[in-house]
Amino acid sequence: MKAAPFEYVAPVTLDDAVGALAGEGGDAKVLAGGQSLIPMLALRLARPTLLVDINHIAGLDGLRESSGTLEIGALVRQRRLERWAASRSDLFAEVLRHVAHPPIRNRGTVVGNVVHADPASELPALLLCLEGVVVARGPRGERTLAADRLYRAPLTTSLGADEVATAVRFALPPAGAGWGFAEVSRRHGDFALVGAVAVLARAAGGPVTRARLAFFGAGGTPMRGVAAERILEGHEPTPTRLGEAARAAAAALSPDDDIHATAAYRRRVAATLAERTLAAALARCGSGA
Amino acid sequence: MSRTIRLTVNGQEHERAVEPRTTLADFLREDLELTGTHVGCEHGVCGACTVLLDDEPVRSCLMLAVQADSRRITTIEGVAPAEGLHPIQEAFWAKHGLQCGYCTPGIVMSACAFLRERPDPSPEEIREMLAGHLCRCTGYHFIVEAIEAAARALRAADK
Repeated sequence: MKAAPFEYVAPVTLDDAVGALAGEGGDAKVLAGGQSLIPMLALRLARPTLLVDINHIAGLDGLRESSGTLEIGALVRQRRLERWAASRSDLFAEVLRHVAHPPIRNRGTVVGNVVHADPASELPALLLCLEGVVVARGPRGERTLAADRLYRAPLTTSLGADEVATAVRFALPPAGAGWGFAEVSRRHGDFALVGAVAVLARAAGGPVTRARLAFFGAGGTPMRGVAAERILEGHEPTPTRLGEAARAAAAALSPDDDIHATAAYRRRVAATLAERTLAAALARCGSGA
Repeated sequence: MSRTIRLTVNGQEHERAVEPRTTLADFLREDLELTGTHVGCEHGVCGACTVLLDDEPVRSCLMLAVQADSRRITTIEGVAPAEGLHPIQEAFWAKHGLQCGYCTPGIVMSACAFLRERPDPSPEEIREMLAGHLCRCTGYHFIVEAIEAAARALRAADK
């Protein structure tokens, strides 16, 4: 046996799931796809006393797009979003292709990945870039948490231990906006050493009307490149300005040293990837995201 | 406290009591004695334990046996016909796509689903799929060739 012993319940209603979490006083964990939780159990980095398996709860498997918002329920596997994206969104298709490998994406949920809050993971940065929200249900009812209020530290969100994340909502890029995505990793499907995702919109041939940039693998949480956004919005996106924006955003990061890369290396790569993703987003402006 | 699960593995129904912390990989190997599913890293990185869950590849070390209740599992033991080998296994043999063979069952299971979705994959697509499987012997070149050969054989058999 790899994992330490735990109790297991598989409630069929959200209220029962919330009740089970609340009753365990912070020592319970939600099990959906399990692709982040089960490795942590196997390594005994997590030792919950209770697993609350939400896979039998009805109504959590919706994938809906309406008026520019994509809502994804807690039981939607990454693979299903990938298949949706194949015909609907090149941005989501490109991001999903980099999330682990097909056998992981067949089980792993979008919501689980977003709230697991690995700072080197792609989807949390995409949520930040697209100013998404997480919908959570707890003993005091439902609330929504904006992406920029969600991530506090590695693997740590502002969700309560007695809350179940029931959905995420992504604000899809407006028509005519362009996108860019790039990451550096040791192998395809690994967590990124550093990555960036950008969305740009501009008035026809004119100034940038909206710029969004987010980094992953460049700090303890996914990071918005606010400095770059400020430099770009309202200005002509000249190559010089894109480079200036990318360097400013990277300078504001405080990445960590680890066995894979130094902080200085990560900051340099972040600046390069920011420039590339902004340039790619600019090139795609007008052709749809 | 153990729970009773009922599932279908390689076409055969099983009913067993399992402890919740038992992974599907350990359940297959230890309870059902289907030791063709290999466990390498036991935390989802190496891909050796890949099996099909309702025809889709999954890591059996990253799933609890209790979660496989009422589901359909295919392991490497369920791939070959009664006589001989599956075309993918045949291709691995013919192209020297394995040395120690530890990673092979997982790769074959992934390849089954991959070639169903992409009957005519490019070498780049094959390599992207293989990124989810660690092989420390072959250097992967012969595995890519084996999967290309298997794709050809499966396409020919389809005609």
